[in-house]
Amino acid sequence: MSAAAVAAKPRFAMYWAASCGGCDIAVLNTGEKILEIDAAFDVVFWPVAMDAKYRDVEAMPDGSIALTLFSGSIRNSENEEMARLLRRKSRLLVAFGSCAGEGCIPGLANFSSRTEIFDAAYESVSTDNPEHLRPLPSVTVPEGELHLPEFCATVRTLDQVVPVDYFVPGCPPEPHQIAAVMDLAMAAFAGRAELPPAGSTIGAGHSTVCDECPRERHAKQISSFTRIQQVAALDPALCLLEQGIPCNGPATRDGCGALCPKAGAQCIGCYGPAEGVVDFGARLLSAFASVIDAGDPASIDRVLDGLPDPAGQFYRFNLAKSLLRAGRAAWAEDRKP
Amino acid sequence: MNAERQDAGSGARGTPEDLRIGVYVCHCGSNIAGTVDVEAVRAWAETSLRDRGVVVARDYKFMCSSLGQELIEQDIREQGVNRVVVAACSPHLHERTFRTACENAGLNPYLCELVSVREQDSWVHTDRAAATEKARAIVAGGVERVRHHEELRPLRVPIHPATLVVGGGIGGISAALELANAGYPVYLVEREPSLGGHMAQFDKTFPTLDCSACILTPRMVEAGSNPNITLLTYSEVESVSGYVGNFTVTIRRRARQVDEETCTGCGVCWEKCPVNVIDTRFEAGLGYRKAIYVPFAQAVPKYPVIDRETCTYYLKGTCKACEKFCPPQSIRFDQEDEILTVEVGNIVLATGFKLFDARRIPQYGYGRLPNVFTSLEFERLSNAAGPTGGRVVLRDGVTEPKSVGIVHCVGSRDRAYNNYCSAICCMQSLKFAHLVREHTGATVYEFYIDMRTPSKGYDEFYQRLLEEGTVFIRGKVAEISPGARTPEEDGKLIVHVEDTLAGRQRRIPLDMVILSAGLEPQEDAKEVAKKFGISCSYEGWMIERHPKLDPVATMTEGVMLAGTVQGPKDIPATVAQGAAASARVLGRIQQGEIALEPVRATVDPSMCSGCRICNDLCPFSAIVFHEDRMVTEINPALCQGCGTCVAACPAGAISGTGFSNEQILAQIEGLLMERVRHPAELEAVPA
Ligand SMILES: Cc1cc2nc3c(=O)[nH]c(=O)nc-3n(C[C@H](O)[C@H](O)[C@H](O)COP(=O)(O)OP(=O)(O)OC[C@H]3O[C@@H](n4cnc5c(N)ncnc54)[C@H](O)[C@@H]3O)c2cc1C
Ligand code: SF4
Ligand code: SF4
Ligand code: SF4
Ligand code: SF4
Repeated sequence: MSAAAVAAKPRFAMYWAASCGGCDIAVLNTGEKILEIDAAFDVVFWPVAMDAKYRDVEAMPDGSIALTLFSGSIRNSENEEMARLLRRKSRLLVAFGSCAGEGCIPGLANFSSRTEIFDAAYESVSTDNPEHLRPLPSVTVPEGELHLPEFCATVRTLDQVVPVDYFVPGCPPEPHQIAAVMDLAMAAFAGRAELPPAGSTIGAGHSTVCDECPRERHAKQISSFTRIQQVAALDPALCLLEQGIPCNGPATRDGCGALCPKAGAQCIGCYGPAEGVVDFGARLLSAFASVIDAGDPASIDRVLDGLPDPAGQFYRFNLAKSLLRAGRAAWAEDRKP
Repeated sequence: MNAERQDAGSGARGTPEDLRIGVYVCHCGSNIAGTVDVEAVRAWAETSLRDRGVVVARDYKFMCSSLGQELIEQDIREQGVNRVVVAACSPHLHERTFRTACENAGLNPYLCELVSVREQDSWVHTDRAAATEKARAIVAGGVERVRHHEELRPLRVPIHPATLVVGGGIGGISAALELANAGYPVYLVEREPSLGGHMAQFDKTFPTLDCSACILTPRMVEAGSNPNITLLTYSEVESVSGYVGNFTVTIRRRARQVDEETCTGCGVCWEKCPVNVIDTRFEAGLGYRKAIYVPFAQAVPKYPVIDRETCTYYLKGTCKACEKFCPPQSIRFDQEDEILTVEVGNIVLATGFKLFDARRIPQYGYGRLPNVFTSLEFERLSNAAGPTGGRVVLRDGVTEPKSVGIVHCVGSRDRAYNNYCSAICCMQSLKFAHLVREHTGATVYEFYIDMRTPSKGYDEFYQRLLEEGTVFIRGKVAEISPGARTPEEDGKLIVHVEDTLAGRQRRIPLDMVILSAGLEPQEDAKEVAKKFGISCSYEGWMIERHPKLDPVATMTEGVMLAGTVQGPKDIPATVAQGAAASARVLGRIQQGEIALEPVRATVDPSMCSGCRICNDLCPFSAIVFHEDRMVTEINPALCQGCGTCVAACPAGAISGTGFSNEQILAQIEGLLMERVRHPAELEAVPA
């Protein structure tokens, strides 16, 4: 490619903060679309796909990257630094995937304090750590001073650290939705399409998973919840929730194509809350509570006993973005100067 | 791009330039000002909340007074105030007042927010500094919330001209007649076989001593024959749905086993019925009735009912004596309950009271000592149409008492039972004293704590009784026992009482004691309240909209109260309340339509996923599901804005006008005073 052609193409970056890396793989998994992306953009920074150094990014002029897909949540000072850097360098910063948008699985750590997390990581029975070593932000060794990123008290979402232009939900986002987002971006950069209003969630539907779910449903009354693995035979055509399986579909943004309920598994909520919903868990909790068929406290308790892991049920993907954001222990540490 | 996004973030909170918020802090005399430094809150709001859009803040002794309201109106007119926050009592009390003030000055009334610094602050705290700080937070919450208010317009719906009156005692009868005589249809539902309620059981009524039947019967007959009244006796309301102007009521008409079309009320059937049953209801257990019966001679309607629990045919499969002898062949053993559905615009609840069960006070011996009677038993004893033909006699049925004691406040004004005064029993006891003397010439003792005779002609009646020679002993009866100590006490009831005027303990031997039991709410009051969507007190008296200014309506639009269902009262007060309830209903009917609060829930069909979580939740049956499009819709006329579905919808597809997510979150943010304490932080990382 000639230098002139490169300069004419909009620049693209993708970065992976606190996440499993699945979002990057999902982008690569868009099939032939990846070739189109490569043709349309000048990929300037994408650690998972090509070698690059942070200092290369630092050297770029501010606002020179047209589009950055940022996956992963903000767990440590390095994540935060990169978020700020990429914000500065990018015209469009997209919180890509559930970790960046909602905190996702890393966000569940917000139920514990930093100390508790380190105890679990460095002192559990399965850990061999006879010298009780803990990571330190800086250590002096004979060769000089070494630095490690600082572990923050809580996991934050990207938009809790820097302003974000768009959100693409999913753990990870579905390939057809990624393709649609990239098509939109390419069309917009080519002047063929308008960008949606800033702050929008893109690459997803406007309703919830039930909207795409083919299962038959009725007005609901749930007299007990059962874990799906404990049910011998499920009605293949009836709403899972009505069969007592705690399906998160009613509260989860659509766009995935209701893959899980179609395959016979309950929706676990990876596409996050519907438009305008501030707290996914609270919403779902109050929806479930509204249709529980139990009159007295004892039978209510019995129904709730069918949900042995409420935090996992209601906040698996969105604790960091919820109204509370974190449990008491993490909050307390966060407030410490 | 970056900057644009930040604008969107704060833009959602309204643009400060065109918001002109007025804050009005009320002293409520010393109700608020006694605990909250009102002036400090005002001054703080004016300065600290200026950047939140507050352009004027005032405090005033009584914001609800016309001068207080004028302050608001003036600021709207002269200062262009376009959002109003009043920090005062509670929306229950004065929301309407301040909304009207806004409307008078040309501002949409729904741009006004009343926050409570009285019920939720000054009345529940004593620490002045903390209460003042809390008042600031409450005001800040109101200011943040009102920024998101929108203009709303009330919804107008037509009023159905028919009214449902529940309970056929004197309260219900009075209400029904007022409405029917004004030309509007009434469904009068009574669960007993006849109209009349308690009043039908009495002999005379205080203070004028007119014969109860003589004044009640014409009213019952009128109610039974008025073409505008559909009389549904032996019936009960099963369910109520809908809203003011358009209630749908289902009524169960229990089978009488008698064909009302042909029955002439001749009475041959009950004459021929071989089964005698102790009449625990109308005769208070002192007399008998048959298995087929009318409760009393003047019953309206005149048709009997068969009591299936005691009728031999239903128990053993044979008898049918009534059927054999009925001249017009009107007995119907196969008749079944009928379910009726009617549409009404308003409801008057007049389900009355029940008598306190005197057995609950064991030391008074009712149920154990034969010659201890309850007040209702005495009403039947002294009634010429009663089981003894009006002879006041002991339980043996023959002996006239020579001395009678009447005990006041039985089950009333007593922490162990009911704290309240039953209001009628002093007068009822005086009535009894008079009747006892009139019927038997016996010496009468009244045992009272305080004599409560506060209505027209009532104290005069008391004075008359004093002159008649009734012995009044001021003191609470401790015990009634059979234990004689002297020959004169032999076979008598001993009343142990502290005579507080004479200052000594007394034992008074008597032939007969009458317990003036108090009034209690009906057994099923709580269920009835729930059925009609209103609230009742802990005891079970239905709660009126305002204890002083609106004792007739309830908090549920279109449901009124008449008579003792709302609290103890005598016949004149019951009749007056029945008439007042009807006047209120008539006013509504005359308007032809009613403006409903525009606080309503709506479903955004593009967001509704058709999960059907909300479908069964609406207490007013306002939610419909469209199977074809798989979306839910809310009927705005039926929705009362209760918010149940709004909270339940997991997709956030339902929003409640006036209670949007934005409004509530903004108010919480205000209450936390985040913007006042850390304004910079909030701007730095807009969520
Ligand atoms: C012993 C005694 C003597 C009294 N003497 C006098 C007196 O002399 N002068 C005086 O002014 N006051 C007197 N009172 C007070 C008087 O009884 C009441 O003021 C009056 O009866 C109240 O009328 P009401 O219609 O409110 O209730 P009620 O008379 O109790 O009538 C209520 C009616 O509603 C019906 N009902 C109840 N629940 C339902 C339901 N769910 N569905 C359908 N129907 C239902 C009942 O069957 C009843 O017919 C006396 C009270 C007592 C106890
Ligand atoms: S199975 Fe889940 S996603 Fe499907 S309709 Fe039921 S609740 Fe909704
Ligand atoms: S009216 Fe008289 S008897 Fe009845 S409770 Fe009140 S004080 Fe006692
Ligand atoms: S807010 Fe919802 S549940 Fe409440 S009345 Fe309206 S439609 Fe029914
Ligand atoms: S709860 Fe919400 S999404 Fe579900 S059917 Fe009702 S309105 Fe639709």
